[in-house]
Amino acid sequence: MGLDFSVVPEYFDELLLGSLWTIAIMLASAVISFFGGILLAVIALYGPALVRYPFRAFSFVFMGTPLLLQLFLIYFGLIQIGIDLPAFVAGIIGLGLHFAVYNSDIIQAGIMAVDKGQHEGARTLGLSKLQTIRKIIVPQAVRTVIPPIGNNLVALLKDSALVSVIGVTELTLTSQLAISNTFRPFEFYVAAAVCYYVINLGLEYSLRRVESRIQVSR
Amino acid sequence: MTKEQPFIDVRHAQKKFGALEVLKDINLQVEKGQIVAIIGPSGSGKSTLLRAINDLDPLTSGEIWLEDKQVNKDLPHRQYEKHINTVRQEIGMVFQHFNLFPHLTVRQNITLAPKMLKDISDDEANQLVEEQLAKVGLSERIDFYPSQLSGGQKQRVAIARALAMKPKVMLFDEATSALDPELVEEVNLVMKSLAAEHMTMIIVTHEMTFAESVCDRVIFMDEGVVVEEGPPDVIFKNPQNERTKNFLRKHLNG
Repeated sequence: MGLDFSVVPEYFDELLLGSLWTIAIMLASAVISFFGGILLAVIALYGPALVRYPFRAFSFVFMGTPLLLQLFLIYFGLIQIGIDLPAFVAGIIGLGLHFAVYNSDIIQAGIMAVDKGQHEGARTLGLSKLQTIRKIIVPQAVRTVIPPIGNNLVALLKDSALVSVIGVTELTLTSQLAISNTFRPFEFYVAAAVCYYVINLGLEYSLRRVESRIQVSR
Repeated sequence: MTKEQPFIDVRHAQKKFGALEVLKDINLQVEKGQIVAIIGPSGSGKSTLLRAINDLDPLTSGEIWLEDKQVNKDLPHRQYEKHINTVRQEIGMVFQHFNLFPHLTVRQNITLAPKMLKDISDDEANQLVEEQLAKVGLSERIDFYPSQLSGGQKQRVAIARALAMKPKVMLFDEATSALDPELVEEVNLVMKSLAAEHMTMIIVTHEMTFAESVCDRVIFMDEGVVVEEGPPDVIFKNPQNERTKNFLRKHLNG
């Protein structure tokens, strides 16, 4: 049985919709992972011990267990305690938190790399510690760590395929559905791979634009 | 006290880093409008003393007063934070390494603190930044980022940023030490113009000629104590103490 890619265009609309879902899930969890990462980093470095340790434990749990398991837990497990989330919401939360923990590590390193003089410069003007962190330290830390955070974003895009197993019809699940109709796994997995790759190209292009735009302000 | 309280009053300042005593019972009074230079070898405690005045390096014991307010007041943590943030608005500080905010433009560097702390309108902020930049001669650099400025320009922006808070006193911590020699003069000129406006200034410096030409009083510190102090022509031309003489011999010829 030979390969026949002519079946793929018939599913163009479905694949496009699947790609858009993948992009939407990626963007939503990227926002959570970015701001969550900042929040976790600030708490880990500046928070009072009472909150710092629980948050660290939370980070260890999210880093040390499989993302797939976390998705199952959030989607299937939380129902038992009365939290019934739609699959795509569960997926976004799972991906977002998982990558927030990774981003937090990077941002912490970025914060520690900000020159001590920045803190002094801000405090001598009369800014409070919190104002200094918010307006001076974090913006600079984030600028220095945009490249590694961008790498995490690429990883997040790829790992978003995992949410297909909790029934979110993003790109991977869409191609699986097409396969179950046509019995053409090779063609549709390749098609999905191409879609991921194209989305990735767009992502990397945007990341490079961001990096060059912040170059002067570092 | 019979005399009126001095503008800035450092009383029995002591600072220890572990077993090392960096400041040993320092007393220093500065009057309003006075310009004081602190000189001395490195490690003498002059920067530590300056940084204690706005509590950037808190004293181990002793008191710092600005007019009728004690800077390093003994308060519970939260109250103290509030107190020191208000006091610091009145004390401008300029650092050796400028400490400009690299992610903000010159305009934003200057307006950030006034906007956040003084509740001024955008119009007032713009007026403020134009006024301060004109003072340091950098009006045309208003929308540049620090990375696009020379060292001398950075330091002038840093001075403008401090002045924008309308401080009562300006502290200079070796403001020209990190600059290329040809850039020192432009910063010195700005400081001289401040002197002409009778801004109260405390200047930690290695530049004896500048100290001599601008300051009303010179303080020579060594090993955590004030060894000798007086008007510049006395300290520089006719120092009494052996340690002052030695220090000046090295620095005036060098």
